[in-house]
Amino acid sequence: MPRTERVAIIGAGVTGACIARVLSMYRNLEVHLIEKEVDVGWGSSKANTGIIHAGYDDDPERFPVRARLCSKGNALWRKAWTKELDIPADWPGDLVVATDESQIGALETLFERGKRNSVPHLGIVRDREELEELEPNITTNAVAALHAPSAGQLRHPAEAVIGVAENAIINGVRLRLATEAIGIEVTRGQVSGVKTSRGRIQADWVINAGGLYAEAISKMVGVDHFRIHPRRGEYLLFSKDAYPKTERILFPTPTETSKGVVVTTTMEGNLMLGPNAQDLSREESEATDTTQAGLDSIWNEAQKVVKALPPRDKIIRAFAGLRAEPEPSADFIVRAYDDVDGFINAAGIRSPGLTSAPAIAGEIVAIMKDRGAKLVRKRRWNPYRRRRKAFRESSHKIRDRMCKQNQLHAKIACQCELVTEAEIVEAIRRGATTLDGIKFRTQAMMGDCQGSFCQFRIAQILARELNIPVWNVTKTGSGSEIGIGDITVLVERKGEKEA
Amino acid sequence: MKKVLSDVLVLGAGAAGLAAASKARELGAPNVVLLDEKEEPGGVLPQCIHPGFGLHYLKEDLTGPEFAIRLFERTRSLGVKVFNSTYAMELLAHKGRRVARAVTPEGITEFHSKTVIFATGAREKNSFEIGIVGHRPAGVYTAGEAQTMMDLHGAMPGQEAVIIGSGDVGLIMARRLALQGADVKAVVEMLPYSGGLARNVQQCLFDFGIPLYLSHKATKILGKRRVKAVEIVKVGDRLEEKPGTEFEMRCDTIIVSAGLTPRVELLEKAGARMDPATRSVAVNELLETSIPRVFAAGNALTINDLVDYAAMQGEAAAKSAAGLTQSRRLSSDRWRPVVKGRNTRLVVPQYVSGRREVSFYGRVMQPEEDVYLKVPEIEVEFRQLRVKPAEMLTFTITSKEFRKLKEGKITVTIEPKQ
Repeated sequence: MPRTERVAIIGAGVTGACIARVLSMYRNLEVHLIEKEVDVGWGSSKANTGIIHAGYDDDPERFPVRARLCSKGNALWRKAWTKELDIPADWPGDLVVATDESQIGALETLFERGKRNSVPHLGIVRDREELEELEPNITTNAVAALHAPSAGQLRHPAEAVIGVAENAIINGVRLRLATEAIGIEVTRGQVSGVKTSRGRIQADWVINAGGLYAEAISKMVGVDHFRIHPRRGEYLLFSKDAYPKTERILFPTPTETSKGVVVTTTMEGNLMLGPNAQDLSREESEATDTTQAGLDSIWNEAQKVVKALPPRDKIIRAFAGLRAEPEPSADFIVRAYDDVDGFINAAGIRSPGLTSAPAIAGEIVAIMKDRGAKLVRKRRWNPYRRRRKAFRESSHKIRDRMCKQNQLHAKIACQCELVTEAEIVEAIRRGATTLDGIKFRTQAMMGDCQGSFCQFRIAQILARELNIPVWNVTKTGSGSEIGIGDITVLVERKGEKEA
Repeated sequence: MKKVLSDVLVLGAGAAGLAAASKARELGAPNVVLLDEKEEPGGVLPQCIHPGFGLHYLKEDLTGPEFAIRLFERTRSLGVKVFNSTYAMELLAHKGRRVARAVTPEGITEFHSKTVIFATGAREKNSFEIGIVGHRPAGVYTAGEAQTMMDLHGAMPGQEAVIIGSGDVGLIMARRLALQGADVKAVVEMLPYSGGLARNVQQCLFDFGIPLYLSHKATKILGKRRVKAVEIVKVGDRLEEKPGTEFEMRCDTIIVSAGLTPRVELLEKAGARMDPATRSVAVNELLETSIPRVFAAGNALTINDLVDYAAMQGEAAAKSAAGLTQSRRLSSDRWRPVVKGRNTRLVVPQYVSGRREVSFYGRVMQPEEDVYLKVPEIEVEFRQLRVKPAEMLTFTITSKEFRKLKEGKITVTIEPKQ
């Protein structure tokens, strides 16, 4: 039996969580997953379309890593991971819509590329009737479309990261939340540990899955061959009651920088538009704010691929996320370095990062083996993770039984999404400590009222379960408290000042 | 699954629902069932600790909780069966069946009824629905949400607040926050006039020295984790933003009070005809929806200025429902549409028979002075010294006046003085 080696993965986004899960298969690895936030998946992983791309976008000449890993990742999610981990996903397929004869050449390029990247069942559809049949809401200007049946979408990408991380933990990975990596120790050309905001973690391997912060982390060991800047994408989400929707994931014909504004209907039945692509400066890694100009541009772009959009007053949320865009090359950086033994970058994981993440994890194992790691598979590795069947997804008969088994199911916490108090408590038991943590585990607060009815009720449940005053409940961790104290707090403060 | 039968099933125990349930019993409906999602009845009334309730309906000035208690005591003494902590998930209204499926503390229950009154109230528009951009931090609340926090659960949301929208709940929350020692920096209103009642502007803002920024729009929320500031811009007559007038106002709390949307999703899903003007169901003078024997009242029907109107609509719906349960056939009427004329944003009911007295509720689009509210088809007119979108118009047309009506529609229109 080879000696146990310690692995520290920095960043519990989808990349870090997938790497942790795959490394948890080996009995001689002790895996630590380090995350600065109080929950997993809160960086780039949280705010995106959730699409599992087919893999025809990435030019194998220019972006060989992306080209290799995207379709592989798609197959892993589709055939194994979503099933093993009980992650809600559907596979409606996508259409890249050409609205002009001049764009057909671009579709053909994508088609050829897709073939080279091993994307299954690709086709170009030119027949109007067939286009209508694939997508009744396709624009009347459509002259052709690339059809990729293997494309799909996760219900929510943050929910997927939770699923992956839960399974990694079942298999022995140690998740360290609210722990920020502040330095990496290198002893005689070999990594030896990670300095964190909560003490030192000894490590023989350090894997950088730091997303927007991957450049800074890489520089901690002197590896400085790339830059990361945030590329913002904004999104609009409609009410479930808003029509028309779409049957498939619709893309415009892509441009150099972006796949363009997607029009898709989420698994929950909300039409979603986005993202745009705004390159921000490297200092703006927290700039997940939406802009009027950006949202207007999405609205305008989206019109180009569909016949009609629902009325704009049916929008229930606008949000933005940041992709970690690498330079000089826009390819993923998944590699080790001879002069810093044990350090591996999984950096520049921009789109299609969510799709590729399970394949990136496989790549990391190959790199470790290549660098001499003797990895021994566990005899009993548990590939599965189960969600409780949600009240909202159950028949009335099952719901009735659930209420009788647990009184807290009879208390509806979130009315729009029909989430019960029992489910909120279960989410807290499984690790949620914040309102956003509850949201991504239960769908609560994602409906038409966006939490204005239920957020405080849910905060009260959190307060009760965590044994804290309700005003100390946070949306996203320290600094995001929902209140400042008891109702008399300011009056008393004034009284004290006067006295 | 448990089954409960009734003659009149009322959904929602707010002002409209409580009044409806009581009235239905008083008019002789034997079996009246009232469902409510909260643990205590009253809808939003228990959190409205300010006075001003009941002036018309009870001829007394009460606080919200007092008004709720009065209504509920009447309901209880009349033997209405009340199901608290009961959330209706679904309304089945095909063929003869009128069934609400609900989660109750005992599990899922099917409520079968001859008639149904929807008094499910409204929900507030949130920051996304009013198109405000920027971050999505903690510290952004709707007015009712902040009210719940403070006055039902004793939690202080923040110390420097900006109120977006000058609807009544927002005005009342401005005062409420100020009374608890918060610095209320401003109430920001896009329109050149307040969206609330004149008495509230005076008593809630001016008496407390809270500035009202008319023709200003809150455009952007700043602060990644907790609100740090809000960006405000001046707007012109057509609500267009005036470039160069943007400024930031520091605050840790944003209260959105930008109007209400009726909660009638279950009715919409059941196929009831909708009126885009009210964002709710269209009803006839019996307050009956396009689904026969299903009625709507209160804020679920149309957003009311005064709780008194909601209660009165509840009673009107109960009168129709109780009448039906005693098998007087009312639905044989031919319904004529009520058309909106000049400066008329909405009118309820949307259909009339012309055979009985009708109480109308309406709203204008623009403020105007010295105008006439007219129904030209029957030569009825009411002089109005002042009309404002924030103030609901109420008027009654008697069956005698309706006698002049020939075929076709009636029009409700606001006309300037000749």
